[in-house]
Amino acid sequence: MTDLAIEATGLTKSFGKTKALAGVDLAARTGTVLGVLGPNGAGKTTAVRILATLLRADSGTALVHGFDVRTQPDKVRQSIGLTGQFASVDDDLTGTQNLVMIGQLLDLPKKAARARAAELLDWFDLTEAANQQAKNYSGGMRRRLDLAASLVGRPSVVFLDEPTTGLDPAKREDMWDVVRSLVSDGSTVLLTTQYLEEADALADEITVIDHGKVIAHDTPYGLKRVVGGQRLTAHPLDPARYDDLVTVLSGIAVDGRAPEADGRGSVTVQVDSDEVLPDVVARLRAAAIGVDELSLHLPSLDEVFFTLTGTRSGDSRAPEEVLS
Amino acid sequence: MKKRFSPRHALVLAKRNMTKMVRTPEQFLDVTLQPVIFLLLFTYIFGGALAGGSQHSYLEFLLPGMLGQTIAMSSVAIGQNMNTDIAKGVFDRFRSLPIARSVPLVGAVLADFTRYAIVCVVTMAFGYLLGFRIATDPLKLLAALGLAVCFALSFAWVSVFVGMTVRSAGAVQGIMILFVLPLSFGSNTFVRPATMPGWLQAFVNVNPLSHLVSAVRGLMLGGPVGSPVGWTLAWCAGLLVVFFPLALRAYIRRA
Repeated sequence: MTDLAIEATGLTKSFGKTKALAGVDLAARTGTVLGVLGPNGAGKTTAVRILATLLRADSGTALVHGFDVRTQPDKVRQSIGLTGQFASVDDDLTGTQNLVMIGQLLDLPKKAARARAAELLDWFDLTEAANQQAKNYSGGMRRRLDLAASLVGRPSVVFLDEPTTGLDPAKREDMWDVVRSLVSDGSTVLLTTQYLEEADALADEITVIDHGKVIAHDTPYGLKRVVGGQRLTAHPLDPARYDDLVTVLSGIAVDGRAPEADGRGSVTVQVDSDEVLPDVVARLRAAAIGVDELSLHLPSLDEVFFTLTGTRSGDSRAPEEVLS
Repeated sequence: MKKRFSPRHALVLAKRNMTKMVRTPEQFLDVTLQPVIFLLLFTYIFGGALAGGSQHSYLEFLLPGMLGQTIAMSSVAIGQNMNTDIAKGVFDRFRSLPIARSVPLVGAVLADFTRYAIVCVVTMAFGYLLGFRIATDPLKLLAALGLAVCFALSFAWVSVFVGMTVRSAGAVQGIMILFVLPLSFGSNTFVRPATMPGWLQAFVNVNPLSHLVSAVRGLMLGGPVGSPVGWTLAWCAGLLVVFFPLALRAYIRRA
């Protein structure tokens, strides 16, 4: 077996006239997290469904844990866990019943299935709700149960399709901890997300997809270097000093990148790191420019796309991604 | 390389479907109240007119037929339920597990066994209250009920196929009723076919429900049963051979 747990080459998939994937390559080394980053409708979910054997690609090959998704789907299914964008748990069953059912379908003896269910419910803080029907769970609890269900068989490759979309920040952090502990146990994780921050926090490598195509593949560090490490945004107290502000900020921007105006009187520049902050403050004071906003942040997904493709990701959206 | 079908997996999913049924008891109305109401209606509205004034002798004629009719009607629900069930995420989970593709469908049909068993018990018990008595022996009664359930489990695949093919649960019901009504009325369930026009008799004579009803009548009331039992079993096999692969293919394509 190679040291790649996921290896996909040239995947294409169309739904009628909609081209969901137009030749996608993905690779994840064993024991790492591959972040697949892209806006809604980019083809992330389609790619995951192909890798998880739920869909057949029109062309291209994919190996998961060394097995071909087309010719050895059952070997692949033996090795994977899948957590979809929408919690795929059975609403009418309790938390325990859901997990025991999955365990038994994975050929665990009943006793072992029960023990594994209890262990996972405990890990995901669902022990108290174990005997309630999943329809009575909150959104966050359903996500956790869903993730637990995908881990019953201790899969070596875990697909997480937008696992934190719609979760509040605290729950998001909990989910991140789960991903980290999966990887520390030796699993390989493919995580799709719309949040650059999430990919940055978890992924060893990031593949950026848009309109069914890979537009970048790099480490988070490499990707950030391409798009500029951070953004610094300032808004002048006195609108008349706008041009002076632009001049000052141009002086600290990453070599040669032009400041961007947002049309509402703020200006944004790319900077190398937060170390420029004292320098900016000193220069603004020296030039006697007052500001009522001065902030440092990671580039948004929109800015990543703008840098990589030269177009705003909202410009020409692909048709709504087909989910089923 | 295909995963072999595992009966154990099918039983696990049958249990899932039973749990869901028990959680929504109103799902049992069509197999409990419906046979009671139909038996009452037909026995007392038509019995007098159709059987020369003797409701009792009509009940004797009707009850075995009622069993076939109710079973055909109650097969509508499985298609409807599967149609809504499959739209939910849990089927994505099943598809991502190393189990045979047919397991979720077989599990659902196995769980439906409970409903058909209830039809048998309710029909026989209520018939007994109204005065129905078998003229044969308990073994033949069991054989009759077994044959009815066997037919139901085969016929259910028609409903599953429709459930996998059409868009909404409402459409499943519409199509299945269109299918079930001519089958149940165009048979020997309610009247002897002798008074029907020739073309209709031709239909009645090939209708699988007619064979089932003749077989059940013979097994409960006496008389020759070899040919109708044989035809019923042949129909069961035919329905399975045609509609099981169709339903499975429709399910896989729906992914």
